[in-house]
Amino acid sequence: MNLETKKVLLAVDDPAMVRLRDRRMFKDGLVRRMMGVGGVGVVVAIMLIFFYLLYEVYPLLDSAEMERSSEYSLSIAPTDKTLDYLLDEQVELAFRYGDSGEILAFSLETGAVESRFNLPIPEGVSISSYTNSGVEGALAAVGLSDGSVIIFQPEFKVSFPNDVRKITAALSYPLGEAPIFISDNHAELKKLAFQSNEDGTTLVGWQGGEVLSLLRLEIEESMMDDELTLERYEAVVDQTLGNIDYLLLDEQQRNLYIANKKGVLHEYAVSDLDEIEGPDKTQLTVEGEQLTSLKFLTGYLSLLAGNDNGEVSQWFHARDEQGVSKLRRIRSFASENGEVTVIAVEHFRKGFVALGKKGELGLYHTTAQQELLIEKVAEGPLYHMVIAPRANALLLEGVNGKLQLWHVENEHPEVSWHSLWEEVWYESYDKPEHLWQSSSSSDDFEPKFSLTPLAFGTLKAAFYAMLVAVPIAILGAIYTAYFMAPRLRQVVKPTIEIMEALPTVILGFLAGLWLAPALEDNLAGVFSLLIILPVGILFFSWFWQRLPRKVQDLVAEGWQPLLIFPVVMFLGWLSFALSQPVEAVFFGGDIRNWLTNDMGIPFDQRNSIVVGVAMGFAVIPTIFSMTEDAVFSVPKHLTFGSLALGATPWQTMTKVVILTASPGIFSAVMIGFGRAVGETMIVLMATGNTPIMDFSIFQGMRTLAANIAVEMPEAEVASTHFRILFLAALVLFGFTFIFNTAAEVIRQRLRDKYSSL
Amino acid sequence: MKQNTATWFKSGAPWVWGSAATVSISLLMVVSLLIMLTMRGFGHFWPSEVIEIERPAGNTFGERKQVEEVPAQRLRDMGMVLPDSVEFVARRLMKTGNRDITGQDFYWVLEKELESANVPAEVVVLERREWGNFYGRLRSVKESGVVVVSDDVYAELEKRLTRSSELFSEIEEIEKHQIGAINYSMEKLRLKKRALELKGALDSEAQEELRAERAELQNGYGSYQKQLRELYQAIKRDSLEIETADGKIVEQSLKTIVRAYQPNQMSLVEKVAFYFEKLGEFVGDDPREANTEGGIFPAIFGTIMMVFLMSLLVTPLGVIAAIYLREYAKQGFLTRVIRIAVNNLAGVPSIVYGIFGLGFFVYFLGGNIDRIFYPEALPAPTFGTPGLMWAALTLAILTMPVVIVSTEEGLSRVPKAIREGSLALGATKAETLWRTVIPMASPSIMTGMILAIARAAGEVAPLMLVGVVKLAPTLPLDGNYPFLHLDRKFMHLGFHIYDVGFQSPNVEAARPLVYATALLLVVVIVILNLAAISIRNRLREKYKALEH
Repeated sequence: MNLETKKVLLAVDDPAMVRLRDRRMFKDGLVRRMMGVGGVGVVVAIMLIFFYLLYEVYPLLDSAEMERSSEYSLSIAPTDKTLDYLLDEQVELAFRYGDSGEILAFSLETGAVESRFNLPIPEGVSISSYTNSGVEGALAAVGLSDGSVIIFQPEFKVSFPNDVRKITAALSYPLGEAPIFISDNHAELKKLAFQSNEDGTTLVGWQGGEVLSLLRLEIEESMMDDELTLERYEAVVDQTLGNIDYLLLDEQQRNLYIANKKGVLHEYAVSDLDEIEGPDKTQLTVEGEQLTSLKFLTGYLSLLAGNDNGEVSQWFHARDEQGVSKLRRIRSFASENGEVTVIAVEHFRKGFVALGKKGELGLYHTTAQQELLIEKVAEGPLYHMVIAPRANALLLEGVNGKLQLWHVENEHPEVSWHSLWEEVWYESYDKPEHLWQSSSSSDDFEPKFSLTPLAFGTLKAAFYAMLVAVPIAILGAIYTAYFMAPRLRQVVKPTIEIMEALPTVILGFLAGLWLAPALEDNLAGVFSLLIILPVGILFFSWFWQRLPRKVQDLVAEGWQPLLIFPVVMFLGWLSFALSQPVEAVFFGGDIRNWLTNDMGIPFDQRNSIVVGVAMGFAVIPTIFSMTEDAVFSVPKHLTFGSLALGATPWQTMTKVVILTASPGIFSAVMIGFGRAVGETMIVLMATGNTPIMDFSIFQGMRTLAANIAVEMPEAEVASTHFRILFLAALVLFGFTFIFNTAAEVIRQRLRDKYSSL
Repeated sequence: MKQNTATWFKSGAPWVWGSAATVSISLLMVVSLLIMLTMRGFGHFWPSEVIEIERPAGNTFGERKQVEEVPAQRLRDMGMVLPDSVEFVARRLMKTGNRDITGQDFYWVLEKELESANVPAEVVVLERREWGNFYGRLRSVKESGVVVVSDDVYAELEKRLTRSSELFSEIEEIEKHQIGAINYSMEKLRLKKRALELKGALDSEAQEELRAERAELQNGYGSYQKQLRELYQAIKRDSLEIETADGKIVEQSLKTIVRAYQPNQMSLVEKVAFYFEKLGEFVGDDPREANTEGGIFPAIFGTIMMVFLMSLLVTPLGVIAAIYLREYAKQGFLTRVIRIAVNNLAGVPSIVYGIFGLGFFVYFLGGNIDRIFYPEALPAPTFGTPGLMWAALTLAILTMPVVIVSTEEGLSRVPKAIREGSLALGATKAETLWRTVIPMASPSIMTGMILAIARAAGEVAPLMLVGVVKLAPTLPLDGNYPFLHLDRKFMHLGFHIYDVGFQSPNVEAARPLVYATALLLVVVIVILNLAAISIRNRLREKYKALEH
């Protein structure tokens, strides 16, 4: 030991050494902590996916809530009776219409009256009836005791003085301030209904007696100059109902409904005033029930009928078994709230609020067929309730004239187990169906959020893919693992791995643009391939074993795929070459025509065969690799034993190897299935993406994954549609996760089993 | 050995053959797919012969495209007269170009009608910036509307085309880069002003400064505008007259022409040169005509950028997670569960990652980043909209399991003796890891990274939600500070295939390009995978040596 090394090797307790050691220990600890934080962080981040999806979906499950935010009397106490209220979109300002013709605009927060208007009612005349044009238009009309009508338009004007939003009330008369006489009969208007759109305005009045007066006002532009004139068209309808309690006209000004308390409803088609059809009669209540409320659901397709038992039923036109379209009872919402006094309808969704005589109100949604909330709001019956345009507030007039403003938290009423998974009877449909149709151009569209056809499409696509993939992949893997020559195996395995790596967008593109038309042209060839290929291979192998030994020895054991490769190619070519003759002989020259015309089977170019082949292609390598792994790692002494006992290689295979490896093969199939379920691009490109519930091999499908890809970019953030797409993702996630976990657990068990053997 | 048929069946030999056949089928599927892609992808750039087709409505020139056999009945139903004995007829799709005149650029012709078609040597193909190809016979070249040359027009055309192409690239340079940079600075100024306004610091001094800067930019803009006007004047000068097959004479301005060639007169060498020129254009140029012509450079660039960013994110994180799981975490039930979970995440559908990326990264994280750091740009989102960064991050999470699994495998293959040896020599755990274990596991880390890249390069579904667009006006990397724009949307090869193949207005015209794009993508991915496979194989050899 010389002096120099002594200098290098410091004593253990030397300060420099201690410092060095401390530094190293510090570094070690630092790395340990960093790794801990990093590792746990990454794992947590991955888990985050699940929780985030859940977080986005959770509001769908949230039940509705409401709370009273204020209760007040108007700062100027009205002396007349209330006709109606109207709320603005921001829930800041409201109108109150009184039966003296006084209209007040007041702050919804405090009840302070901000402006007053008076309807131009002539001297000596009073208001005898009131109506509004329904849910969206704020137009309203009063019928007067002299048989005339005043139509008025309350408006909320929004301005931004000093960058602060300010809403002010205004009142206008779209058809003029002068009362309009509905007919020559100047008797009191007992009931009134009206609708207005760009084409014209229709007024319907009942002045007692056996006729209804109809008046259509159309604004017409004169040809000569741009002057606008109001054209009047009058008509009279005989009615046989007697006393009319409810008078309703739909927005299209086509259907007129009259009904009485006994629940008898008469319906007239009034689109052409010269040829009024009807009445079609419907009984809305059963014996002993009273009809206590009748309203349109938003969209004017459905009627909501409330009765004195607290039940609200939804009615719309649908064809019955005989193909006759009539008003049918679709669904009903029973409650314990007593007689339905008021029904208030949401403006943009198919929901409504029904107020019962006992002072309890119920929040309902028709499509979802669910009761969202029951809330006690008063001790006795209330008769005035209005809903804010965004359905986030309710205004109630109490018995004592005090107003209650309630805030409603009801973001996603259209989602229920029923609307997502079961058959739902949608408006304008003749029977309950599973439908997915998430958006449309119109506001009062009834969204159809049934996940069933999507889940069905997903399983259908996966099923056909597995039909193609499973036999090829498993048999191929068995051969590769057990019979194949090692040198060939070294080529085959990487090729399969390359196959796995091929981007699905390329498979989808080829499937959609090349395979689909090719299959359509050679449909007969595809089916003959299914017969020709197995038979041909069987025949070839039989022929081969008949050959002299010398020839057989040319191909060593384990190299059969190379020998059979040209045979497969030939057979494939043969089937497609035979396609046209087969078509000509069996299917009258055109199999597509034959299918659709003779068999009545609809045919899509992008159908399940295309998806099956393309997605089968994508899934084969997954199943192949894992099966191959499982078969290959079956301990060799088992197979040697079997062979030594005189079993043929194939007998050993089926009786020993496959049985041992079966859990592994099973898990391979499960993972392959999981992959097929989640595959997006192939189905997106190789199917027509129509959400149908038809298992036909000649039709396409829409899968959950493709649906997300198509609709997500357009879904409005935090809307029900957006959250349902997250739900679809969660379903996919959960499904594949369960499948994969099960497969993984099975595989681990298998590994333990092998190591014990 | 000859057996009788019954014993042969019983022995199961037919099944062995059957299973051998399935291997062949799988191989056949892969090989034929690759061959088809190669042929169609590479074939696109080869100049094909132009023939003259006789049509009742007037002759047209056209290039041969694919053939198909159709039942004669279907054609008869369409009103075509065919002899009764015929059951199937071959028909061929002809690319006839001249879309601006005829309204369609593809046409089906019965194959037997083409037998007698003549191949006019003088026909010229004009590749245009709009409206696709034009086929015709050259008549004359005009300068400022006056005919200057009417014989040997092609030679003159080539000369003048060189000039107009140069002018065109000058215009493009100014429009895209110089003016683009000015617009970018203008936008920056606007945001700066808004930011000052929000802070309440927009005093007269700042305003003056901003105004001066703006004036300077305006100045620069003005001078470029002037230059552009001159260039536009210059490029408008030349035009040519060309006659279609049915004798219509059409005038084409040279500024609309990318290149002109006479395919029927080309020698093999010229064809090869032309081929490589087109190939170069495909890889290096911007797309034209709603992505159906020109190159795919932005898509290649976007893919590479995204994959690069993704691997920067995924490699360290994945490796740390794997090291933690394998080296630091206490092995037990929990790590087993985590391992299974991580494994399974590899099987979670990619669209789920996409929707997660959109909801969490884009709307939640991005929205908050915008509120905190970019209030001046609101309500226009900066990071609260799909973009490059979110795409890279989403794919990083998607490919994380691949890296973790691969790295863990590598770590588990490092023999215990080596770790123990290092520790016994007094190294700390960190030193052992850093100096011996990680280097030994590095090939498998590499493998994981390559597989992650290969997967990311081919993944499309999640990208459709988090940042890919069909046509990005600017690249995510350019000369404007801060050079790398993580908030920009980008183009991607896979999405390009989907978009051009399925959303394009003229699918027929776009198809060859899609095949070429698909081929490029496949080549990249196959190379990456082969690299990963070979690294893995070498690694196995290495450890085999270690174990003995």
